[in-house]
Amino acid sequence: MSAFESELQAVADRIVEQAKSSEQVEAFVARGGETDVRIYQGAVEHFVSAQSEGVGIRVISGGRTGFAYAGTLGESAIAEVLAEARDNVQFGEPDEYAALAEPDGVAVTEQSLWNDELADYPTDDKINLAKQLEQLASGRDDRVRVDDSNYADAHGESAVASTTGIRMSGRENGCYVSVSTLADDGEGDDAETQTGFGFSVGRSPLEFDLDKAAREASERATRLLGATKPASKRTTVVLDPMVTAQFLGVISSTLNGEAVVKGRSLFAERLGDEVAAPLVTLIDDPTNPRAYSSTDVDGEGLAARRNVLIQDGVLKQFVHNTYSARRAGTVSTGNATRGGFAGTPGVGCLAMSLVPGTRSQAELVSDIDDGLLVQSVQGLHSGVNPVSGDFSTGAAGLLIVNGDVGAPVREFTIASTLQRMLLDIVEIGGDLDWLPMRSSGMSLVIRDITLSGT
Amino acid sequence: MIDVDVLERVLAGALRTGAEFAELYAEDKSSTSAGLDDGRVEQVTSGRDRGAGIRVIAGETTGFAHTSDLTEAGLATAAAAAAAAAAQGGSGVRTVSLAQSPNHRPNKVVHQPDNIAKSHKVELLQRVNDAARTYGPEIAQVSAGYGDSSKRTLIANTDGVLADDEIVRTLLRISAVADGDTGMQTGYQSMGHTVGFEIFDTVDVEELARDAARQAITKLRARPAPSGAMPVVIKNGSGGVLFHEACGHGLEADLVAKESSVYAGKVGELVANPLVTLVDDGTMEGEWGTLGYDDEGHITQRNTLIENGILTDYMWDFLRARKEGRVGSGNGRRQSYQHLPMVRMTNTFVLDGPDTPDDVIASTPNGIYVAKLGGGSVNTATGDFVFGMTEAYLIEDGKITEPLREGNLIGNGPKVLQDIDMLANDFAMGNPGTCGKDGQGVPVGDGQPTLRVKELTIGGTAA
Repeated sequence: MSAFESELQAVADRIVEQAKSSEQVEAFVARGGETDVRIYQGAVEHFVSAQSEGVGIRVISGGRTGFAYAGTLGESAIAEVLAEARDNVQFGEPDEYAALAEPDGVAVTEQSLWNDELADYPTDDKINLAKQLEQLASGRDDRVRVDDSNYADAHGESAVASTTGIRMSGRENGCYVSVSTLADDGEGDDAETQTGFGFSVGRSPLEFDLDKAAREASERATRLLGATKPASKRTTVVLDPMVTAQFLGVISSTLNGEAVVKGRSLFAERLGDEVAAPLVTLIDDPTNPRAYSSTDVDGEGLAARRNVLIQDGVLKQFVHNTYSARRAGTVSTGNATRGGFAGTPGVGCLAMSLVPGTRSQAELVSDIDDGLLVQSVQGLHSGVNPVSGDFSTGAAGLLIVNGDVGAPVREFTIASTLQRMLLDIVEIGGDLDWLPMRSSGMSLVIRDITLSGT
Repeated sequence: MIDVDVLERVLAGALRTGAEFAELYAEDKSSTSAGLDDGRVEQVTSGRDRGAGIRVIAGETTGFAHTSDLTEAGLATAAAAAAAAAAQGGSGVRTVSLAQSPNHRPNKVVHQPDNIAKSHKVELLQRVNDAARTYGPEIAQVSAGYGDSSKRTLIANTDGVLADDEIVRTLLRISAVADGDTGMQTGYQSMGHTVGFEIFDTVDVEELARDAARQAITKLRARPAPSGAMPVVIKNGSGGVLFHEACGHGLEADLVAKESSVYAGKVGELVANPLVTLVDDGTMEGEWGTLGYDDEGHITQRNTLIENGILTDYMWDFLRARKEGRVGSGNGRRQSYQHLPMVRMTNTFVLDGPDTPDDVIASTPNGIYVAKLGGGSVNTATGDFVFGMTEAYLIEDGKITEPLREGNLIGNGPKVLQDIDMLANDFAMGNPGTCGKDGQGVPVGDGQPTLRVKELTIGGTAA
């Protein structure tokens, strides 16, 4: 354990020691920093070096919950935060299920979330990585220019302690490079511009693959040049791995235990039912070190664990934190999420993945006479309602004709319902990609999707 | 918050590595929020965020650091970090002398939320919960949130600017779930203003709650939205986000400068139907995007962006205005002291046109009537944008008929601006919004009269 961790743990412990016998108290203390470098045309456009810290305190008494936070760790501020949280208790209404997490005996799967190479990496080298990526991305194709090229890293330490026996601290760091591209083609009225992006993530800059990031950024921008608006039709789509990961992100909110106990999940009454095609097995496994969002403990300090949510198409379980589990009459699945010191724990999937199939994207496409390869979606936040299940999103990609990808298309939507899409999954690709999201991705074939264009 | 002589010393220190410009932005924000769900007030939260961000500009490079330590020592450390980040290898000694900017407070606050008992805030939630639940037996779930914040800001820079502001925000939101044979549907209403707790003397919160419940229940009998291109009428005060996405972002000078906007190089050209006059106004009293000074200390103002269809100007922040040798427009904004400012909208809206709303609907034989829009997003380089319709109806034979299920609409900004062919005279501001750009969210307002777009693509599932 680093000096930082023990220091923060001591801060959390001291807060919890002040609890009265009639109250449960939880303290979450965090400190972190980040570097953010943006390069434009070979020069540093901005360099941000930021440190932050803060504390959030939750008090439960008589079934009532109060919470307060402050973006500082000063002694007097902490005392004010505790007083505010206690004051807020009286305004919450009693809830017999309100309670802090208690140690449940599940062993923590240790993860390597800290990398010393990153911690020691020189600032000039960070700047050079972003400069190098800019050159690589703009040098591949005459039509491509770079909007911005970035290096960013972040490190954070946190500690949680509670009167119910939770006591956990840890630290984590990570970094990424990213590049945004523009591709221009045509003159006058025919002039058009398309956009692309590429990235590489790692626990250390030594894990970056700059060539891949540059290649993808260049290809994403140029592949849509000349794209037209397709005709409306009902069709079979192949989702690119990143689009699949975004789709699974939407599905995860229907499997959220809080949505279930509060009557907002369309799968609430469906445990044991076939909710997806039989080839679908969906797992949330933050203990897998290959997952980008892998973690050892959840937002309440319980061990993160592997949960099978859908097995061979059958809905097996929802994910829970302590509160939603108590209401549902079950135990936490270690799926408490926490956005930082300024909020109380929510519920969510931590690291989802479908069990992949075996075939490549090209093989999946080769089976389709008339379809669409969806390479990007736009507006998942505005056109998808996880309560009703309505799914509608802007998209761009390539037409599939007689088993081959063909002309690029854009400015259309794809639509169905979440319920139907899960059942309409035809095949899962073998091209598993551990993306920097809360889900991995792979190509996914879904039939009977409505494409709206001209 | 910080003494003037301390500010002058810290800023002078920030120039020691040879930079031309340094700025300090400090804020002290206290907030209260309360959430109700499933019939009970779950939690009241109090928050305190206080700190300063220091920006140093040398040549083309911006260095930035922030701290939650507002003592002179804490500020000096952050200033040194920002200066080092922007260092160009030079050195210099300059003195800084600050001149206080005039008081500019477009918002009048009567009751500071901090002085209102939390029990009054919680009671609002119970009232909206009761109103929504008694609206109809189909209402199965209600959640509601109350939030207020009071933020004092202080901005000083080496050009001598010294401005301060105090921004009070009050927000209420309600979402309802209705359950029926066809499954569940949702409804949503919200209100947000840059005023104090007195807003609740005039706003009927029960009516907001009933409206959220009405939307959810109406949608229980909704049919799938059509698929394909057709005319779309957008109700007044519900569709400002259309302009926010279709052209607002594309008129931000930072995107224009990098030629990642379809509107780059188009000033003086006809970019919209001549009916359209688009304004961004940070001074509208009480509106969600209103502030006295922007987050760079530039006084807020009313800026006409498109006049009778002709693009008149972009929106500017300090950095882009300085580069062009022109004055700013009061559009430099940031999420908090932990963030760099950039060009952002404030309250963006389209002025009234000549028609009546009834005429607009009656003269549309077949199409879609959108009564409430959800969020949206745009790719500024291509102009392709989407926005969600959360309450929509079919228009058949010039009349509003069946309710429709939710979906996205997709269009291309420059084309949609040309395709706005009817504009009514019933201007209204819309719901409070949070605009995201480059990872930062800022409060924005929008508004528009009832209008018609000749053709937009509806992302439904019905043929």
